[in-house]
Amino acid sequence: MTPRHLMSPLDFSIEELDRLLDMAADIEKNPDKYAHLCEGKRIATMFYEPSTRTRLSFEAAMMNLGGKVLGFHSADSSSAAKGESVSDTMRVVSCYADIAAMRHPKEGAPLVASLRSLIPVINAGDGGHQHPTQTLTDLLTIKALKGHFDGLVIGLCGDLKFGRTVHSLIEALSRYNDIRFVLISPEELRVPSYVRESLRAKNIPFEEVVRLDEETMADLDILYMTRVQKERFFNEEDYVRMKDFYILDKAKMDVAPDKMMILHPLPRVNEISVEIDDDPRAQYFAQAQYGVYVRMALILTLLGIEVA
Amino acid sequence: MSKDYNELSIGELKEGFVLDHIKAGDAMTIYRDLKLGKLDCTVAIIKNARSGKMGRKDIIKVECPVDYLDLDILGFIDHDITVNVIKDSKIIEKKVLKLPKQIVNVISCKNPRCISTIEQGLDQVFILTDEENEVYRCKYCEEKYSGKK
Repeated sequence: MTPRHLMSPLDFSIEELDRLLDMAADIEKNPDKYAHLCEGKRIATMFYEPSTRTRLSFEAAMMNLGGKVLGFHSADSSSAAKGESVSDTMRVVSCYADIAAMRHPKEGAPLVASLRSLIPVINAGDGGHQHPTQTLTDLLTIKALKGHFDGLVIGLCGDLKFGRTVHSLIEALSRYNDIRFVLISPEELRVPSYVRESLRAKNIPFEEVVRLDEETMADLDILYMTRVQKERFFNEEDYVRMKDFYILDKAKMDVAPDKMMILHPLPRVNEISVEIDDDPRAQYFAQAQYGVYVRMALILTLLGIEVA
Repeated sequence: MSKDYNELSIGELKEGFVLDHIKAGDAMTIYRDLKLGKLDCTVAIIKNARSGKMGRKDIIKVECPVDYLDLDILGFIDHDITVNVIKDSKIIEKKVLKLPKQIVNVISCKNPRCISTIEQGLDQVFILTDEENEVYRCKYCEEKYSGKK
């Protein structure tokens, strides 16, 4: 049987996504029910570049399901250092594991791996291209906090130009009804034109603003903060000018609505002050926990393991 | 095969294709993209022929059985090329060129972060994602192709 892979957040239909998110929510409530479902199964974490959260969350997810973990954590410690192609490495790993999660700096590498893989491959981030499990994590967090997607007003703030999680989340949320976006960024870091065009083509209302103030936050159900990523800038001067453009601190939270939940894909630098970590609206660490549940549901789904 | 397709006959083509109204100077590019050099057929390239419509144009004549060539790629290169299909020395069909849904190993991805720049033996595949605006994107990294056709 041809294995099913996950390359992009839109690989799942809305119905499949709903089933996956429901299963993740059930895992949160009844972890014991799932604790042995992957006994005898192994996940290969094939990480060609460093990652903390994503790799550990995949490993934690498999261990929570009773399975085992093997893999490598940098290109230097894999056969890529000897010049082996991604495709060949994947064929070999297919003989050792039942499912694989791959992160690679080159865009499209997990897709190339999946073309000849005998086991399901999950894209765990390929350069600036896709990071579907982060999007699934974001969706599960929003659903858990708000109970639904329809009718939400979602603010996205920071680097909206290079942030792949932002583009994927906008695309995924665009499939629901009555969504409205407030895109908050400096002029230089606005969303790429294709994102804007796509929203217009779907008649999804959005506004682009520069200031993160009381007026901007007034209607928001979710405020999704992002880090300005140093590695995306060619010029140090531009990075220094942009990096502290937005700082979400106690003063801002004092004028923000009670319903406005704060999410962040992490790691954060200065854009969220630690003084608001204990605010009940600050949900970014809970989001990291949801990342494990959603990856557990994803592993079970792709392995075709039925839950009683 | 009873017929000798290596027989040179520029004037009269018994069976094959005449690719007419090629932009002057593009014939060699099309020769390469159609991989005509690899076929065991007679190929005639006429450069800078006079054209009432275009001023100057190139023409390629390929003498081969009519089902021999995959002409999809021509649609990607230039819609305006006229493809005359010849059988028994007569034009039996004028093909209308369409944009192919997928093109393989004709153009390459310019995104330096794309896996296709380093993976050995990987086909360069582009998918037609927007027919109206003739947008092709790399199958692997989804980068829009913006180079010369």
